Amino acid sequence: MKQVPFLSVENLTTVFDVAPRPVVAVNAVSFEVRKGETLGLVGESGSGKSVTAFSIIGLLQPPGRVASGRVMFQGRDLASLPEREMRKVRGAGIGFVFQEPMAALNPVMRVGAHIAEALVVHGLASKVEARSRAIDLLRAVKITDPEKRVDDYPHQLSGGLRQRVMMAVALACKPPLLIADEPTTALDVTVQAQILDLLRDMKKQFDLSLLLITHDLGVIAETADRVAVMYAGRIVEQGTVREIFHQPKHPYTRGLLASIPGGAAGSRLRAIEGTVPNLASLPPGCSFAPRCGDRMPVCDTAFPPQTVIGNDLSAVALGAKVEHSVRCYLHGGRP
Amino acid sequence: MTPLVEVRNLVKHFERGGGFFRAKTVVKAVDDVSFVVNEGETFALVGESGSGKSTTGRCMLRLVEPTSGAVLFRGKNVLGYTSSQMRAARRDMQMVFQDPYSSLNPRMRAFTIVEEPLVIHSIGSKPERRERVADLFKLVGLDPAHLDRYPHEFSGGQRQRIGLARALALNPSFIIADEPVSALDVSIQAQVINLLMDLQEQLKLTYLFIAHDLRLVRHISTRVAVMYLGRIVEMGDTPEIFANAQHAYTKALLSAVPATDPDAPRARIELDSAQVMHDAPLRQISAGHFAAV
Repeated sequence: MKQVPFLSVENLTTVFDVAPRPVVAVNAVSFEVRKGETLGLVGESGSGKSVTAFSIIGLLQPPGRVASGRVMFQGRDLASLPEREMRKVRGAGIGFVFQEPMAALNPVMRVGAHIAEALVVHGLASKVEARSRAIDLLRAVKITDPEKRVDDYPHQLSGGLRQRVMMAVALACKPPLLIADEPTTALDVTVQAQILDLLRDMKKQFDLSLLLITHDLGVIAETADRVAVMYAGRIVEQGTVREIFHQPKHPYTRGLLASIPGGAAGSRLRAIEGTVPNLASLPPGCSFAPRCGDRMPVCDTAFPPQTVIGNDLSAVALGAKVEHSVRCYLHGGRP
Repeated sequence: MTPLVEVRNLVKHFERGGGFFRAKTVVKAVDDVSFVVNEGETFALVGESGSGKSTTGRCMLRLVEPTSGAVLFRGKNVLGYTSSQMRAARRDMQMVFQDPYSSLNPRMRAFTIVEEPLVIHSIGSKPERRERVADLFKLVGLDPAHLDRYPHEFSGGQRQRIGLARALALNPSFIIADEPVSALDVSIQAQVINLLMDLQEQLKLTYLFIAHDLRLVRHISTRVAVMYLGRIVEMGDTPEIFANAQHAYTKALLSAVPATDPDAPRARIELDSAQVMHDAPLRQISAGHFAAV
């Protein structure tokens, strides 16, 4: 039986039309978020993970544009939806939480007004009802004294509280899918832990599916069911969180995991040499080849195709779930 | 073990607000902090934003003037120095900053940025300085062919190397590194940490490492002090602190570190601020291990 994916991104390609020639920020990316799961999208700066999120919810600013591919959500292709329809999906269908809560909240609007706005715009509450709903939501995201906090301005809140308010805004219209882009990056460790706990809690309470975007493998290990690793605009490895952490296949994934401090104190860390490539001048073959310890001549020919690991290919053809897949010639796909 | 730096009862208060009929409020950013950094070690100062760890580092170099206390460097109190004495003392104590994007002057070439301390201290002739800067570039793993580039032409990791080359220009023995890798990508952080460890061995450096990433601190530091609301609440040898934390805040902090194993059990300890006796003095737990409990 083929499980129907909840959100399915198919061959999404996002291009930035800049001089001298367009830059492909997201290159034929495919993944799905299933009902009730958390998919972690992990990558470094410039890997295209945030651009992927913005492409999904149609908030890409020019010169960025979705060049091809589909974003299937609740039976519709969001990539071809007119803005008027898209506005209904945002908030009611897909909620989102950004990294910088201070930049995402309006400094001259009270906390309650942010939540009320979402409810009123989507016709879910009158202005009078909205206030009490806002207080309920603030209580749901575990803000103490919600009756008082509802009248605070964003600057009166700590970073952790702001992120909770963002979450309350995102969940106001009870969207079935939440996209969280680096929700804990700007926060202190203990606050980060609280927000991650809250995310897990909200997922249960609101029956959410979650697309969690982060550069922090610790956040992924704690929160995700499945993981997609992005590098230079492409997904290079995808699998369950256990597969990715216990049997990583791509040299980049292995390198990321190995570079986390944790070995003998004072020992050298196993760093990935070199730097993240410039998307405007990617090598002709595998984008990771210049930094890769396992580089072979074939790696410079063309980007490796997807290889399914340890999964019966005939089963895949019959519609079984592809769990662990990698794009690396070490694991197959040689021409 | 010879102490290189000793901080005694350091206090930094910032006054806020105040005006006609309004009382000033005093923020105790650093509140009676004392510790010793021994020669050749890496002493880590950890805590959350606002705990006073960066202010402590800045007070030690007098980038911020402390309210009271003493900072002994090789036995002499630098807080009593005149500004010219202080300038001379800074040859031996340098700082590496967190954000390599804002700490380098964008209109200066990398060469000029690294050369500047040599010019200020009138060291060498122009060609000698050029040679010295090229050597520093090699030392920190940069290509001397890129001497005349501007900061924006370098990646974040390379910029942090430029900051490090500048800090090393005067052959200091003591470096305060304030969150030196937290603005960098994961795969680059490890490179810079390796470089810091290599340089320490090669140049016999002593580090004060200010950080919030406990995994990193555990890896590179010999001793740790945990700061909370302007005070040191726990201090000791790194393995001892990680294995046998006593203070409620240290325990909460350690339990908040994300696991890197999806199967690891999660046991979060939340800090109940009522539990923290804010005025508790540091008490010896075992040899070298102190906690305010």
